[in-house]
Amino acid sequence: MISYLEFEKPVAQLDARIAELREATANDEVDISAELKRLEQKSADLLSSTYASLTPWQKTQVARHPSRPHFRDFVEHAFEDFMPLGGDRNYGDDQAILGGFARLNGRKVMLIGHEKGNDTESRIRHNFGMGKPEGYRKAIRLMELAGRFGIPVVTLVDTSGAFPGIEAEERGQAEAIARATEACLALPVPMVATIVGEGGSGGAVALASAERVLMFEHAIYSVISPEGCASILWRTAEKASDAAEAMKVTAQHLKKLGVIDRIVKEPVGGAHRDPAAAMQSLAEALEEELAALEGKDPAELRRTREERFLTIGTV
Amino acid sequence: MNWLTRVRNSLPFGNKRETPDNLWVKCKSCQEMVFAKEFEDNQQVCPRCDHHERIGADERLRQLLDMGYEVLAQPKVEEDPLKFKDTKKYTDRLKEARAKNPYADAFTVGSGEIEGHPAVVGVQDFGFMGGSMGMAVGTAFCQGAERALKRHCAYIVVTAAGGARMQEGILSLMQMPKATVMTRRLREAGLPYIVLLTDPTTGGVTASYAMLGDIHIAEPGALIGFAGQRVIQDTIREKLPEGFQRAEYLHKHGMVDMVVHRHALRETLAGLLGYLAPAKAAA
Ligand SMILES: [Zn+2]
Repeated sequence: MISYLEFEKPVAQLDARIAELREATANDEVDISAELKRLEQKSADLLSSTYASLTPWQKTQVARHPSRPHFRDFVEHAFEDFMPLGGDRNYGDDQAILGGFARLNGRKVMLIGHEKGNDTESRIRHNFGMGKPEGYRKAIRLMELAGRFGIPVVTLVDTSGAFPGIEAEERGQAEAIARATEACLALPVPMVATIVGEGGSGGAVALASAERVLMFEHAIYSVISPEGCASILWRTAEKASDAAEAMKVTAQHLKKLGVIDRIVKEPVGGAHRDPAAAMQSLAEALEEELAALEGKDPAELRRTREERFLTIGTV
Repeated sequence: MNWLTRVRNSLPFGNKRETPDNLWVKCKSCQEMVFAKEFEDNQQVCPRCDHHERIGADERLRQLLDMGYEVLAQPKVEEDPLKFKDTKKYTDRLKEARAKNPYADAFTVGSGEIEGHPAVVGVQDFGFMGGSMGMAVGTAFCQGAERALKRHCAYIVVTAAGGARMQEGILSLMQMPKATVMTRRLREAGLPYIVLLTDPTTGGVTASYAMLGDIHIAEPGALIGFAGQRVIQDTIREKLPEGFQRAEYLHKHGMVDMVVHRHALRETLAGLLGYLAPAKAAA
């Protein structure tokens, strides 16, 4: 059973009516299949039109949907032969940022990303996708490893932000993020980053400073959460919807600004309604991107990546 | 601008006593009334409690560089790329900030020498919209790095910012990798990059160029961190330890090399440059 978002209420009501009707007439002789079909079509159309014009704040909710596919789902369904690698060789093995070798249609990649978890237990284990310094340092280690062995790096970004905590600060959260960003920029191999859900601030950019940045159709990417922005500039988190609008957090806006290169299509109603379709969509996009970058000279890759960030937003 | 106005402007939180001549300022930390001239002569450090007051770009450049340095014209960037408006238009906020500040944005680059060592010094000014990092700050940071590359000399950056400039949305976030491209270029050119962290340095600035220095120096008592204290408290619901995110605390945890009194900064930088300055520096 899917959990409906607030703005999906009209669809939810329609679906409830369909379910009711189906149950009430289950043992009936009366043939209502035509009526059911009509209602189902109506529901599908409504969902489709709703999702065709989501506001930035509605997209924020879709991007954070608890049933949205996360890192481990992608690992299992969009990639093969995942071999997880762990630890920063210094402090610990952060569970909010995972990584390891994987294959995409046979192609070797180093896959790194945030994992938010999908139930209470796993959310706590993965710290809701909020990485700690050792997570970013693990990512650095894996990127450097990939660089030395000529394996392209693929990242899946999905975090509300890096973890704000006492120990994270003591262990150098800021330094770890800065160094991870630097590690992305230094890679002598292709790097493709995809914002799959939430791209929250420095904790996201640390894994997304790539030459190609993709974004799911309903993902968001921003410098601060809409709630955070609203509580600072509007002095109330209630204005999060306005903040999401003003900050231009959607894939569609960011493509226009040149911050991302490609929008990855989601199934109608969002990735959580048909995770398999979302994964296939991502796998196809990544395959094309990696194929296009294959065999490029390390210096050229670095230069492309550097130019991208040096020229973003210039007049 | 006379020295009195200058002191007043550079003391955003120091309350002026209600006297007609405004000869006294109140220290933000110990609350003592201090003779304004004494405060200024002491490099804006409280003579009673040693509190390091925030200072602007001009004052900082004067304190660090030898006489006769050049201040670079701030690079032009697209203003208000998102047409941002909260309770106020971003363009209005910019106008207000410019009316109160000598420069068009929060990062100013000076090119000169420190006790004879060639150096480019970039200063982030908290007085301009909280020093926040937007395209102007990121571009000026790069401009300073480019000048250092051209002169083949050290780049010293004085950080002070609440974080990224939200009004520029994702484009402010993109200044993090952008600045990092330049710190890498300095390293590849064999040039020292030194960061002086001042109060406050937080958020995206800390998580990029402020933490990528070959050497990190912090001013005493400076607040330095990634996450804001309120955010941390709301997340973990624990009391923050004494001195949390202060310069001395970062020093203890290995994030900065040294905490240096403002009076000793110039000398310390010169000493470091003595070790790190590249052999052949062009003028
Ligand atoms: Zn004092």
